Amino acid sequence: MSSISIREINKSYGKGTIAALKNINLDVAAGELFGLIGPDGAGKTTLFRILTTLLLPDSGYATVGGYDVLKDIKQIRSSVGYMPGKFSLYQDLSVEENLRFFATVFGTTIQENYNLIKDIYVQLEPFKNRRAGKLSGGMKQKLALCCALIHKPTVLFLDEPTTGVDAVSRKEFWGMLKNLKREGITIFVSTPYMDEANLCERIALIQGGSILSVDTPVNITRSYGEALYAVRSENMPLLQSDLRTMSEIKTCYSFGSFHHVTLQVNGSSKVFELLNSTHPSFEWKEIEPTIEDCFIKLMQHEK
Amino acid sequence: MKNEVVIKTEQLTKRFGDFIATNAISFEVYAGEIFGFLGANGAGKTTAMRMLCGLSVPSSGAATIAGCDVYKEPERLKKSIGYMSQKFSLYEDLTVSENLEFFGGIYGMSRNQIKAKADRVLKQLGLDVDKDKLVGSLPLGWKQKLAFSVAVFHDPKIVFLDEPTGGVDPITRRQFWDLIYEAAGRGITVFVTTHYMDEAEYCNRISMMVDGVIKALDTPDNLKRQFNASSMDEVFFELARGAKRSAD
Repeated sequence: MSSISIREINKSYGKGTIAALKNINLDVAAGELFGLIGPDGAGKTTLFRILTTLLLPDSGYATVGGYDVLKDIKQIRSSVGYMPGKFSLYQDLSVEENLRFFATVFGTTIQENYNLIKDIYVQLEPFKNRRAGKLSGGMKQKLALCCALIHKPTVLFLDEPTTGVDAVSRKEFWGMLKNLKREGITIFVSTPYMDEANLCERIALIQGGSILSVDTPVNITRSYGEALYAVRSENMPLLQSDLRTMSEIKTCYSFGSFHHVTLQVNGSSKVFELLNSTHPSFEWKEIEPTIEDCFIKLMQHEK
Repeated sequence: MKNEVVIKTEQLTKRFGDFIATNAISFEVYAGEIFGFLGANGAGKTTAMRMLCGLSVPSSGAATIAGCDVYKEPERLKKSIGYMSQKFSLYEDLTVSENLEFFGGIYGMSRNQIKAKADRVLKQLGLDVDKDKLVGSLPLGWKQKLAFSVAVFHDPKIVFLDEPTGGVDPITRRQFWDLIYEAAGRGITVFVTTHYMDEAEYCNRISMMVDGVIKALDTPDNLKRQFNASSMDEVFFELARGAKRSAD
């Protein structure tokens, strides 16, 4: 059974001048950890707000946990958890007061569902009397997650929970999501970090209000469809400009300590010849594409 | 020329009460260098950067930025640097041209200088046809590129970039680094923070801050060798794992 089902959703702003979402179709299975991957302005937050009944679509419909986002507003609001991208807890209530407030609003108590948040909350407990506004970024994020979980939601919506968070805390956060998945909660999470895609069971790549692709991360990278090479030399900026002027090279993008390159039909021999003369110590190897490689390729198709 | 020092700090420290945000950091950055300033959340990067920009007075230690003493000449310092904040801070309800004129004027450029420079920048960005559009109506990627061009519009000696590519799409992110290379090629020193570890590889040298101190400083290749790591990601984990602070 689908936990989230989205059919032909459209949404525009500014009296129709800015299309935020264009004909979105998507299904998320119950208990799935599903990632919505895309940059700022792709439409991620708009989709979250429609699914959590905070915004009406211009057309199309969606169900969450079997409830209609247009009609069953109360049922959806009481059964889902939502952690918005912007920190939205009460800054001048303490950690414990915030948690108790959210539990009360949803007609439950901290004790009743404590097992669900226990692993996360123990890290906050030393600061339980501190005002939420005085917490560090990582701690705020953990408290927000606890508050979104305290009523034991069936679907958890997390809008960019790891934006602006350092690489170590990001890893830790994804570990927490994995544990929650074991509780059977459907998790719909968005991120602008392409490397986090691999931590989801299935992902949708979104850009400019359109979904570019939906599949498992492995299937998406498998469907790249052509050979991809990693190249490096001692002078990387020069190597990039050299590669870009060669007619045999189709695309060339920087990826950390390598450039990722695709070729026009047949033949790297000419390229090797040219590189040998200008970058004698160059290194060249065929590699598996990453999600980011696929995203770039799909973006070019869109244009 | 290559070894002209444009940022020099000695035991630079900032205390807030009994909390030491930045703890006696000493380092040098050279002219035309792309210097990556990395660290975990709460490591003290923002505090250090604010001192280097003349926005926060150090508690102790010394720093000379573009030849200016941070204690004695914070105003002259501000004129010699450019700054691009994490949060988009151009005027959305001014046009592209008006933003360039406004910021050029603030930095004391003449009308003629502004006009000549604006023409060149707009052409370089491919924004000449959009110069009369409101900045608020531009796509996000364009805004970031324009914000960078504004930050280096007055040809500062150093430009400070605070997470300039956060949330930007993968193609624009790379175009943004083309702009950084171009600026460095013109001799502008680039001081940049980022959470993308692949971008750390694009820097000439990198410093890694943990709990208020600089734990490592070297070229990406040397750091990887030192920590026996295959990527900067691993180097970062090795260093930041032991961090005790997590404020931001």
